Order: sequence, then structure tokens, then C-alpha cells
Amino acid sequence: MKRLFPWLVVLAFASIPLWLHDPYLLNACITTGIFIIAAMSLNLLLGYTGQLSLGHVAFFGIGAYASALTSLGLDVELIGGFRVVHEPWPVWMGFVLGVVIAGIFGYLVGKLSFRVRGAYFVIVTISFAEVVRLVALNWVELTQGPLALTSIPPFTFGLPGLGYVDLYGKVENFYLVLGVGVICQLVISRLTKSRVGRAMVALKENESLAVSVGIDVTRYLILAAVISAGIAGAAGSLYAHYLRIIDPDVFMFLYTVTMVIMVITGGKGTLAGPIVGGLIFGFIPVIARSFATPELQWILYGALMILIVFVLPQGIVPAIEKWFGVTDDKSATLEPVKP
Amino acid sequence: MDQFLQHIVNMFILGGTYALLGIGLTLIFGIMRVVNFAHGELYTFGAYFVYLASALLGMNFFVSLVIAIVFGCALGAAIEFILLRPIRSADIDTTMLVMIGAMIVMQNTEQYVWGGVAKSVNTPFGESALVLGPISVSWLRIFVFVAALALIAGSYLLINRTKLGKAMRATFQDRDTASLMGVNIQFIYMATFALGSSLAAAAGALLGPVYVISPQMGNLASLKAFAIVILGGLGSIGGATIGGFILAFAEEIGAGYISSGYRDAMGFLIIILVLMFKPTGLFARAERIG
Repeated sequence: MKRLFPWLVVLAFASIPLWLHDPYLLNACITTGIFIIAAMSLNLLLGYTGQLSLGHVAFFGIGAYASALTSLGLDVELIGGFRVVHEPWPVWMGFVLGVVIAGIFGYLVGKLSFRVRGAYFVIVTISFAEVVRLVALNWVELTQGPLALTSIPPFTFGLPGLGYVDLYGKVENFYLVLGVGVICQLVISRLTKSRVGRAMVALKENESLAVSVGIDVTRYLILAAVISAGIAGAAGSLYAHYLRIIDPDVFMFLYTVTMVIMVITGGKGTLAGPIVGGLIFGFIPVIARSFATPELQWILYGALMILIVFVLPQGIVPAIEKWFGVTDDKSATLEPVKP
Repeated sequence: MDQFLQHIVNMFILGGTYALLGIGLTLIFGIMRVVNFAHGELYTFGAYFVYLASALLGMNFFVSLVIAIVFGCALGAAIEFILLRPIRSADIDTTMLVMIGAMIVMQNTEQYVWGGVAKSVNTPFGESALVLGPISVSWLRIFVFVAALALIAGSYLLINRTKLGKAMRATFQDRDTASLMGVNIQFIYMATFALGSSLAAAAGALLGPVYVISPQMGNLASLKAFAIVILGGLGSIGGATIGGFILAFAEEIGAGYISSGYRDAMGFLIIILVLMFKPTGLFARAERIG
């Protein structure tokens, strides 16, 4: 039963387009799904290694831009009259490159920022995201700046010999996001239950102890950063090809905050946490938009964030597990060791 | 050359208010170990209080500056009492999340109350300017610079010459020992947050009339204040003052000679570079306050 439950959830999600035909709600499901994938990637860093990366939206945005530019093609003149011309490639190549380039940035940022911890780590990651946002805003030749990249091609799906179909519709995109989400969740689940995952949890609980038993902390942190950034890049790529327009606003700090709220509400360091938190915060705007202006919605968001930290600091999923006495994931629900 | 001189003059005006922001944050972060994401919102509130008092209620400009600082102080004390006191023993990430929540609530409250249209404040200085050869500086900007310097000097004296300041320095060095020596830690924390908040409000109140006042003006202020703190070293008022001027200089030069679009990137590049190469800050004499 315990093994089947996640697949029953997937099945339940997969049935949504069968009974839900309202395009607005389906759209909300797709964007929520994309943000859940991003939140899952953040959870790997925040929940399993304990590093609060507040620049996570940078990887999401880099994935989106890299993927969009690969499929649109580009023609940029670099410093010194060096010209880079790139012909449009198929969208799936964009997706792969989006993941890879975001992962490379994850490596670089990890390499630099894991030299510091705590508040300083947070500040470095935010600074990185802001620098990337300003580059996206000002390097008009590459990104069109505030004019946005438009007419990004949608994902195509096809088999050799049978032809290709463009995924314009919402239902197709829904299944695409669901599929990518399931794959990402499997990757994270495998990873966190492996040796690597145990090393990550060990260094979260007590870094100096982890070092003393021979865990190469920086190596595992950077590994987590690379995988996390890659998955965030995948989410960004989905976002770019679904909306088919992106502008430098994808790098907004508030998107990182949204991911963080999703993770801590659901329960950081649990596999189900980002999904539960993501569903809650993905659908609050849907419910709230009937009676609240965007400002009021954000005020609600902020107040809820404070409330959750005060009332349910561990998040919803660990609270429910405690309620029912279930502990399916021992590595993640260890009681924190008080020094 | 003329252009360069003009940038230097602008640097002094901007740097004074940046220093105020940085000092407020360095006190809060140094003494309380709280990453105050709402710092920029206190700055915005300071600017709106001036607008409210002088433009809407018709009060004297100088009186409304004082009102803004007093209200900033009260708001800071309230935030400390409601949000930070109940989670005093929580780790730094938890308080950070709470302050991010507070930032979102405050910024959107400003947006809700005042709307998205930027406001401007008329000052008794009008458009008159001091012209020195090729450069010209409006009297308002000179006043802002002088007032900022006065506030910096005031907070320096408060920390180094008063009993409250002594208790703050003691708490910064060793909270538990200070507590054993009879320092009321709860009060010191509240006073620190209130003082830091009133300095941020003062920075907003002074800089708001120079530019325009909008709900988003505080967006980057918290992070810029952090750049200043990281530059100057934790808990150092002198370091924060110099850090404020360095950041202003980097922004002016960056905006003037590289591209105005990258003005705001300067602070972030400084953060990244300093933390990579000299994480203790440029002016830290060990971890000391004053």
C-alpha cells in the first residue's frame, strides 16, 4: 500500500484533464505543476542539505532563457567584434541544454558560494540572482531585454516515421509537465535514499561531525546544487515553452519566495512536502482572485508565511505523519540533533 | 573631468543615506543576528511618512522628517515585539523567513494604500542650486548630506558614549555574560531594532524627496544595505559609513562609465567579490561594535 500510494496520486493527477475542462483552471494546474517541480529542486538544497538558497529563481530563469534561445536561434556580437550565430534547434534540444546550462551555473554558484554559510550564503545567492536578472534586462541583443522573447516554439512530440505534433494545447502540456514532474521526483527520491542523500542529511544535521567521519561536505553540497539547478532549469524550460513568452521578470525575487513558501509549508526535507505546499500555494491565487486584488493576495501570502513558521515550523507533511504515526522515510524525518 | 566631479558630488549625497541604511542593518545583524529583509520597507515607510505629513497634512518639511524618524522607530519596536520576540531562540533561517514574510506584507500594504503611482514631495529648497564652476548641487541634496552626517555622528555617539550604547556593545560581544551583568537583553534587542529601523526610515525620508517615492523603492535597499555591511564588516559603524560611500562611488562610476542599467548590479558584484576574497569585510577589527 505504501509503495502504491505515490502512483495512485500520480494516477489521480493524470485524471484531471478528463473531468476538468475549464481552460483557466487547467492553466492554473500547469503553472502550479511547473512551480512544484521548481520547489522540488529547491527542497533538495533547503530540505536535505539545509542550505537556504534564495537565488534559486536564477536557475529557473537561466533554464527558461537557455531553452528559449536554443529553439529561437540567436545572433550576438560579443566584446571585440566576436560574433556568435546560432541557428534554431528543435525544442527538445533546448530543454536538454536548459537543464545542462542551469546545472553548469549551479556548479559555478556552488563552487563560489559554499565557501560561506548561513546568512552570507543567502546573500551571495540572492546577489547572483539579481546580477543575472540585470544582465537579462540589459543585454538587449541577446534577451530583447524588457521587450521579452516572444513566439517561443512549443514542445513537439513525435516518433520517427509518424510525424511530429506541436504541443499547443493545455491538455498536452499538462501531461508533459506531469511526466517531467514524475521523472524529477523519481530522481530526487532515488538520490535522497542513496549514500549521497544520507551524506547530505548528515551534513545538514551536524556539519563538523559529518566532516569528522570523512564526508567530503563541499563535494556533496556542490553535487546537490548541480542537480537542484538542473531540475530548476527543466522547470524553467517547461515554463518558457508553455507560456511561449519570457521577460526578465522570471528572475523576480518573489518567485524564489514562492518556491520557499511551498517547500516550508509542505515540509522541507520530505518528498511529498513541495507537492503539498505547491498545491496549496498554487491554488490560493485561484480562490483568492475572486475577492482580492493582487496586493491583498500577496499580503495574504506573506502573513501565511509568518503564520506557518510560527505554528507549523516543520511543515504540513511531517505534522500529518506524526499525527498518524507514519514514518515512511526515515532518513528525512530524523529528529534534529541538538548540539 | 567635469562629469567625474559631478559623479563624486552625487556619490557624497547618495553615500550619506546609504551609510544610514548600512549602520541600521549592521547594528541589527550584529547584535541580534537577524537578517532584516524588512529593512528596505522601513526605508520606504520613512519616505511615505514624509509624503503623508508634508504633502497631505501640510506640515513643515523639517517637522515631517522628524515625524518619519519617530514613526520608523515605533514601527521597528512593534515589529521586534510582535514578530521577533516570540522566536528569539529560533535559528537564523527561521527569522529570515519571518522577515521575508514581513517584507512582503509591508510592501504590498504600501502598494495597496498608496497605489502604484510614484509620489513626489515639495521641499522648501525648491529648485535652487549651489553652482561651483562646472558642477551644480541642489540645496536639497546638500541638506540631505549634512543631515545624514549628523545622524551618523549621533548614532556613533549613542553607541560609544551612552549607557544604552555600552549595554548594546556588551550584548554584541557576549549576550549571556551581558545578561548576567544585569543588562536587560529583551530591552536591548528592542532598542537595537528600533534604532536600526529609525535610521532606515531616516534614509528613506531624506532620499525620498530627492527622487520619487514608490512602493518598490525599498526593493533593493535591504540588499544594498547588506552589501554595505559586508563591505564594512559586521557591527562596525565606521565600516558601514565608509562602505556606504564606497557602494555609492561604485554605483555612480558604474552608471556613468559602464551602463546606467548596471547601476544596481554594482552592490551585488561587491557582495560576491568581498565574500569570495575577504569574507570578514574590509574594515573589521575582529568582531567588534562601535
